[in-house]
Amino acid sequence: MFPELNNLLNATPDKVDQGKLTLLCDAKTDGSFLVHHFLSFYLKANCKVCFVALIQSFSHYNIVGQKLGVSLTTARERGQLVFFEGLRSSVDVFFRAKGEPHPLQFLREASAGNLQPLYEFVREALRPEDNGEAAWRCPVLLVDDLSVLLSLGMGAVAVLDFVHYCRATVCWKLQGNIVALVHDSGDTQDEENDILLNGLSHQSHLILRAEGLATGFCRDVHGQLRILWRRPLWHPAQRDRSLTYQYKIQDKTVSFFAKGMSPAVL
Amino acid sequence: MLESLLAVSGLVLLRDSVQWEGRSLLKALIKKSVLCGEQVHILGCEVSEEEFREGFDASINSQLVYLDLYRDPLNWSKTGEAFPGGLLGVLRAMRGKTDPRPVTIALDSLSWLLLHLPCTTLCQTLYALNYQDSSLGDSSPVQQVRVLGLLHEELHGPGPVGALSSLAQSEVTLSGTAGQASAHILYRRPQQHPTVKTQWFSIRPDFSLDLQGGPPLASQPHPDPHIFQVDPTTHLTFNLHLSKKEKEAKDNLTLPFQFSSEKQQALLCPSLGQATSYIFYEPDVYDDLDQEDPDDDLDI
Repeated sequence: MFPELNNLLNATPDKVDQGKLTLLCDAKTDGSFLVHHFLSFYLKANCKVCFVALIQSFSHYNIVGQKLGVSLTTARERGQLVFFEGLRSSVDVFFRAKGEPHPLQFLREASAGNLQPLYEFVREALRPEDNGEAAWRCPVLLVDDLSVLLSLGMGAVAVLDFVHYCRATVCWKLQGNIVALVHDSGDTQDEENDILLNGLSHQSHLILRAEGLATGFCRDVHGQLRILWRRPLWHPAQRDRSLTYQYKIQDKTVSFFAKGMSPAVL
Repeated sequence: MLESLLAVSGLVLLRDSVQWEGRSLLKALIKKSVLCGEQVHILGCEVSEEEFREGFDASINSQLVYLDLYRDPLNWSKTGEAFPGGLLGVLRAMRGKTDPRPVTIALDSLSWLLLHLPCTTLCQTLYALNYQDSSLGDSSPVQQVRVLGLLHEELHGPGPVGALSSLAQSEVTLSGTAGQASAHILYRRPQQHPTVKTQWFSIRPDFSLDLQGGPPLASQPHPDPHIFQVDPTTHLTFNLHLSKKEKEAKDNLTLPFQFSSEKQQALLCPSLGQATSYIFYEPDVYDDLDQEDPDDDLDI
């Protein structure tokens, strides 16, 4: 995790909000550093994490995790992390008997179905243990990323339904958190992706939007991060609910600074 | 005008955006309806019942009839609580038949319904909700029905939004600047021109509306904890303001380019003594006076 980002979000592994949906969004840049941040953050916070990884392999996340000070292998062995590796599982779907349920069952179906099997996988993964002892602090679902489901043929409404059920189970019933990444296609007029992004934005409590610089690539400033706390209108802190920072990704950390205040410029 | 939204029956659209959420306004209007003695039914699709009821006091909460579609809207959990007539049946069953009091039906949100139902079916059902009485032809008194629909504008194309908006009696579009919310209200009355008004408002934590006259002043400093306010006028090497005495001295001074009547007189009517002027030039002793023409080499 990145301490500077924790400062901006006013969060520490000792103090984790519960029942929140955080939407990560990237436009014209790669926002995966935010996924790595939240993965290591919740593992350090001693939360039970279900990670639905549809973009990269386990070893990729493990290597980045080690740089950030967490071992995904150990977490998985301890039962803290349930890792769903989409790249490997998508092949498995085709080599198993037809009757057996599989989280990515929709890949085998001719008509556009729903994501109920994937939801049931998440529900089982985060089900509280029966022995009564709460070994982990709170359940967390992490998805990298939801736009892939659109590319695999699901409709935006089906993905929104999946997130809806995950919210009802993880955020409301189990008082846990959800963090999901969605790409912003920007100018490409991808209607389904826009519906997904806007639908999730309306459901989320916090939106982190990583954007590439409008002026193009820069060696010392890699992009800007907009933070929007979606607080209700009656909340007293209405004014300071939106912040924008620029960032630079370094080897093991990310540094944030006010717009135009990069150390390389000053 | 925001408070008169509840004066007429029909569909009231609350159009909100990601930046300006409309659920707080919906809850404020619900509270107002309950206080007016109406029966209030809520169809909750987007947030849990606990989250929706949060902030209302017990007397309000006891008056609300809440239908929870949030937990299992598509019957994936197979809890057996499926709604027999589907979503449309739920909507139709929402208006009470026995109670003659006016009914307010709050849909949280219309967007969720619009994503899961065909637009035409939804519009027909909403129309039927409002105007069912005449078609029933029963002898019961005409029941006033008002539907408050929360609509997330960005989620839908212009077609469905246009269809719903033509069905609506009034539309409230939320926006705002500098932490202050405003509502753009379009109010349609039968056989009259629609009225448009922008109302600035804020919502108190107990969900009562606080109406304000105008937009917030831009000059108000923002109490942003992340920006330290530095006074730029400290440690200046010059004065920004003049004292009273200095100001008087400055005002009395006539600047050389100022054209006054005295100056004009002096230029137009020169006194006799100054009519002819001479220039006396006495070269210095060591002046190097060159007798040659200085422009000789120019070959003119």
